[in-house]
Amino acid sequence: MKQLKQKLSKAFGKKNVSESLNELTLNIKSEDVLEVCQKLKDEFQFEILMDLCGIDYLTYGDSDWNGNASSSGFGRARQAQKSTNQKEQRFGVVYHLLSVSTNQRLRVKALLSSENLMIQSVTKIWNCADWFEREAFDLFGILFENHNDLRRILTDYGFVGHPLRKDFPMIGEVEMRYDEELGRVVYEPVSIEPNVNVPRVIRK
Amino acid sequence: MSEMKNYTLNFGPQHPAAHGVLRLILELDGEVVERADPHIGLLHRGTEKLAESKPYNQSIGYMDRLDYVSMMCNEHAYVMGIEKMLGIKVPERAEYIRVMFDEITRIMNHLMWVGTHGLDVGAMSVFLYAFRERESLIDCYEAVSGSRMHATYYRPGGVYRDLPDKMPQYLESKLRSKEKLEEINANRQGSLLDFIEDFAKNFPKSIQQYSDLLTDNRIWKQRLVNIAVVSPERAMQLGFTGAMLRGSGVEWDIRKNEPYSVYDKLDFEVPVGVTGDCYDRYLVRMEEMRQSTHIINQCVAWLKANPGPVMSDDHKVTPPNREDMKDDMESLIHHFKLFTEGYCLPEGESYTAVEAPKGEFGVYLVSDGANKPYRVKIRAPGFAHLAAMDEMSKGHMLSDVVTIIGSQDVVFGEVDR
Repeated sequence: MKQLKQKLSKAFGKKNVSESLNELTLNIKSEDVLEVCQKLKDEFQFEILMDLCGIDYLTYGDSDWNGNASSSGFGRARQAQKSTNQKEQRFGVVYHLLSVSTNQRLRVKALLSSENLMIQSVTKIWNCADWFEREAFDLFGILFENHNDLRRILTDYGFVGHPLRKDFPMIGEVEMRYDEELGRVVYEPVSIEPNVNVPRVIRK
Repeated sequence: MSEMKNYTLNFGPQHPAAHGVLRLILELDGEVVERADPHIGLLHRGTEKLAESKPYNQSIGYMDRLDYVSMMCNEHAYVMGIEKMLGIKVPERAEYIRVMFDEITRIMNHLMWVGTHGLDVGAMSVFLYAFRERESLIDCYEAVSGSRMHATYYRPGGVYRDLPDKMPQYLESKLRSKEKLEEINANRQGSLLDFIEDFAKNFPKSIQQYSDLLTDNRIWKQRLVNIAVVSPERAMQLGFTGAMLRGSGVEWDIRKNEPYSVYDKLDFEVPVGVTGDCYDRYLVRMEEMRQSTHIINQCVAWLKANPGPVMSDDHKVTPPNREDMKDDMESLIHHFKLFTEGYCLPEGESYTAVEAPKGEFGVYLVSDGANKPYRVKIRAPGFAHLAAMDEMSKGHMLSDVVTIIGSQDVVFGEVDR
């Protein structure tokens, strides 16, 4: 792994490679993703894209105990948290790569600016990225350029919103029921209240 | 004669061969599949979102419900990820118990697979035999955790409790005679380990039975040989793992290549296929069951010889002893903190993978230092396999689609999450 770290530092700059918990992470700019990934596959022999996922850093580091604390203890977690920190790079895409021939793993991370949620698709390099990218689009709204078939994958047909974003409520936004009079299924705003039993705390 | 056109067929989501809730849109030219478009998400429960709103320990149960035929392997990946980030050590006995149950789970999964795969393709009887053996293994689950499927047995720091000294027995009933009762309780006289040992002794014979029914069966071979051939290069390109990758001839098993838990101390072999068709994947899985039995035997021998703790004594993470709580202030505080708030993971991220029966099951944990995960991404093997459905079924008959679904061994709990 030391060798790989050195090689990566040489190819992509030392400050972009970090190691923790026995895992290597390569931080890249979102514009360079195609170039870097092609290089990783051809020169570093990362044949398999194990996983691709989106991540939303909106509430990173927020806990229920600071922020809008109220005097009534249990109300705290019930109120929707308004995040105070405005992140310039709110979203990220994380790739987990595996090399069967050298028995190495690598995590590649690209952060995206909030204004432009676009990143190049890697389906040409690893074909299995197809569904993973569809999933990231569905759950986070990240757009993958040059993806042939960027449809929703996990959520319902006609679903609105991107459920894994941190500002999407846990209970959802609509509920569904069968309306006898109309003779069809109707969608209505949710009637339940969010409830958090254990508040989120950060202890160092 | 009028001109024949391609037509579209909707397969599932309520189809017995769809293995759950798969909806396939098939474009057919006569009986030949031109394009397959799987629609998934009918079982989407938002596990990842739910896990973000709960303390770490409360999500272990969700892991069971992902791939609901290989429960404990999923727990293993999640629990190992937490342990890695906390940097805690697990007692060796707990590691052996985990490995033993991982392998029991692997056999359970493969029995389910061989049964339903056979059923799909037209071999009714294998299903009945496979479920006979599976029942014993489910009893092991029940003996150790109280639950037949969703065990929540692995906890960060070890396993919930030690193996029971007494295997639960069948009770008297109007429906069975005394002789019958004695017969079915015969191997339940000792401890759970004795029961597992007895099972492992007899199981190779059962595998031989399934093998006799299928391996050289003419119909079975006609349905499986040369169906959905995947070359090693394509298998890697498509993100295959587990038996799907090994069936194509790539020797890759996380248990061997990146040994976790105590797999490096155990002796077993990794079967590899040659042609990469459905039949090779069948052979690989059958051999995996034999190897798992071998591993179970080694674990039983070790566990019988080495008693000891099964849970770490770091009570910031694991619950303290009930008795200590009666007169020890610190234990009481630990207990209270653990069950009201949980524990905080240090800031950071980790990806932990295990060799689940279906392939690589990975958990990507991101923590910002809170008592709840910031992001949990579950890498399900079935997701990548099902994505290859279109490529694998192209040019095959409609009836082969069923074979391919069976051979991929998909379970929708993990595909849809």
